[in-house]
Amino acid sequence: MNNTLIKLCSIDKSFDGERVLCGIDLDIHDNEFVTLLGPSGCGKTTTLRIIGGFETPDEGEVLFEGERINDLPPYRRPINTVFQKYALFPHLNVYDNVAFGLRLHKVPEEEIATRVREMLEMTGLKGFENRRPATLSGGQQQRVAIARALINNPRVLLLDEPLGALDLKLRKDMQNELKRIHNATGITFIYVTHDQEEALSMSDTVVVMADGKIQQIGSPTDIYNEPVNAFVADFIGESNILDGVMQKDRKARFAGQTFDCVDGGFAKNEPVDIVIRPEDVDVVPVEKGMLSGTVTGVTFKGDYYEIIVDVGGFKWMIETSDYVAPDAEIGLYIEPDAIHVMKKSEYSGKFGDYSTFSEEMDWISDPDKEVSEDEETTLLS
Amino acid sequence: MKKRLSFLERAAAVPHLVWTLLFIIGPLLFVLYFAFTDNDGAFTFANIAHLSSYAHIFFVSICFSVVATAFCLLIGYPLALAMARAKPSTQKLLLVLLMLPMWISLLIRTYSLMTLLDNGGLVNSLLRAMGLAPWHMVGTGGAVVLGMIYDFLPYMVLPIYTSMTKLDKRYLEAAADLGCNPCQTLFRVTLPLTAPGIFSGITMVFVPSISTFYISQKLGGGNFDLIGDTIERQFQYTSTYHIGAAISLVMMLLIIASVAIFGRFADKEEEGMLA
Ligand SMILES: Nc1ncnc2c1ncn2[C@@H]1O[C@H](COP(=O)(O)OP(=O)(O)O)[C@@H](O)[C@H]1O
Ligand SMILES: [Mg+2]
Repeated sequence: MNNTLIKLCSIDKSFDGERVLCGIDLDIHDNEFVTLLGPSGCGKTTTLRIIGGFETPDEGEVLFEGERINDLPPYRRPINTVFQKYALFPHLNVYDNVAFGLRLHKVPEEEIATRVREMLEMTGLKGFENRRPATLSGGQQQRVAIARALINNPRVLLLDEPLGALDLKLRKDMQNELKRIHNATGITFIYVTHDQEEALSMSDTVVVMADGKIQQIGSPTDIYNEPVNAFVADFIGESNILDGVMQKDRKARFAGQTFDCVDGGFAKNEPVDIVIRPEDVDVVPVEKGMLSGTVTGVTFKGDYYEIIVDVGGFKWMIETSDYVAPDAEIGLYIEPDAIHVMKKSEYSGKFGDYSTFSEEMDWISDPDKEVSEDEETTLLS
Repeated sequence: MKKRLSFLERAAAVPHLVWTLLFIIGPLLFVLYFAFTDNDGAFTFANIAHLSSYAHIFFVSICFSVVATAFCLLIGYPLALAMARAKPSTQKLLLVLLMLPMWISLLIRTYSLMTLLDNGGLVNSLLRAMGLAPWHMVGTGGAVVLGMIYDFLPYMVLPIYTSMTKLDKRYLEAAADLGCNPCQTLFRVTLPLTAPGIFSGITMVFVPSISTFYISQKLGGGNFDLIGDTIERQFQYTSTYHIGAAISLVMMLLIIASVAIFGRFADKEEEGMLA
């Protein structure tokens, strides 16, 4: 990995006495694409604003190439931001918006003209020079915001849910485009999103946050395959999370059976959380299964079926390519390496059972939607 | 149902309509009538033609108003900026302090200022107490301008303050992000984005300044004849109603022109901000 560019050391931040960030420790390397991922309100924007210089941490240090920059104002940091709602200057046209940073740095007008032209070409905005931001579509404003930030050749680009306001198709295109820009420029990207798919597909490093704390830092595959706790396992993709006991190394007991697994290093009979991804469970005839249960729901998903199976009262979500009839008895087969064992955490028992699974489940896991407290508990319990 | 409602709506507009006819349209027609007639009631351009001899009065009035408006802007803008940046409780207090004088009659305020500046007034007593020479202010142009500033400053501050509170903080952060220090942010972002407030403020100070007569009479000690004073004097005698009406007409056109010019900027900018 390249040198550490930005280092956050035990950052704490409170607003009006309410703890928003607790002990954030994070290293960001040169040229890295880092994504802060977590549900709404977990402190992603605040972390980004601390890096940008728009908030000062209550405790802890922000280091840039080893130097403390806690009190350095934003305009003295070699960092530019693509704001959550773009914040394009309404009194300037596209050209002047993009040229804004260069003019401040007294770049000669001829050079500005060439660089703006190049930047508009790169972001697909040729011909929009004289348009006011208000006359542009969301996707175009997005591009102007990116061009306006990138033209200054920052060391770090901060992006706060930059694709949040775009529709799905445009989102996908822009994801590819941002990836391409990242590769082409070699600028370090710190990207904030609550969309786990976006985080997994774009990042070198994903930082999963919840409740003002970092839950896990790792590559997308690490985060997906080796979640450290029930929160991460549930937030990233679909997971069946079961209560279990590690009888000894490579022997896990859950759902009333003992399974071979590949994990070790736990105390004898330590209570643990077991994660099994829906796509890692094979559907087999009852007599060949390690577990058996009744199918209670089948949903056609295009290239696979998503089925809910009741195994002794715990409902599993399983993805299978073969159709299974509702109410059928089926066996489940799980390979040892499909079983992921995690230490117990404060999130144990809160996630990963599909017994109340329904369409509602989808919108409560959508962090943009507000769910009232009691509604949430009934749905999750 | 719909018809009944629209009838009621129309009925509700009647008092306003009567008011407008009686006190706005009516007087305007009178002004027009007097401006274009002579003492015998015959149509004439003579009153308008005669205005050239009042050119210097128009000129002096415009100069005083422009200077007063400029000072109001120079004092008012930083004041509005400071107010908008204060914490909410302080903002409320400052706002009340700013509006308080507006609830007191303009005449009383002007009169109080006169007693302050007068030869025997508070300022001169203080100067004397400190062993300094008295400063005869009443009767100078400076006192007239000071009066205009004192009386009309709130009308400059309020619209600017309003447009500052409407200014989205994200633009200021974006400016800082792109490398603006606080001073550059002020000139490149805050100032252009609060321009609608500035134009409203300019209109709201310039218009009463150019039509005032009381301020110049009291604080100018009768040394300055402004448009307002001239009009007032003409309307004291029936024989000079006609020339008074002609001056009024020209002043109205002047005001309409300035409102149209600055108002247009204010509107256009406002539109740009909203869209
Ligand atoms: N300026 C602020 N004043 C008060 N509370 C704030 C402020 N900014 C953020 N918060 C609170 O801090 C928490 C984290 O916010 P934020 O960092 O924006 O979360 P995220 O970006 O992950 O959705 C939220 O509960 C939010 O209400
Ligand atoms: Mg946010």
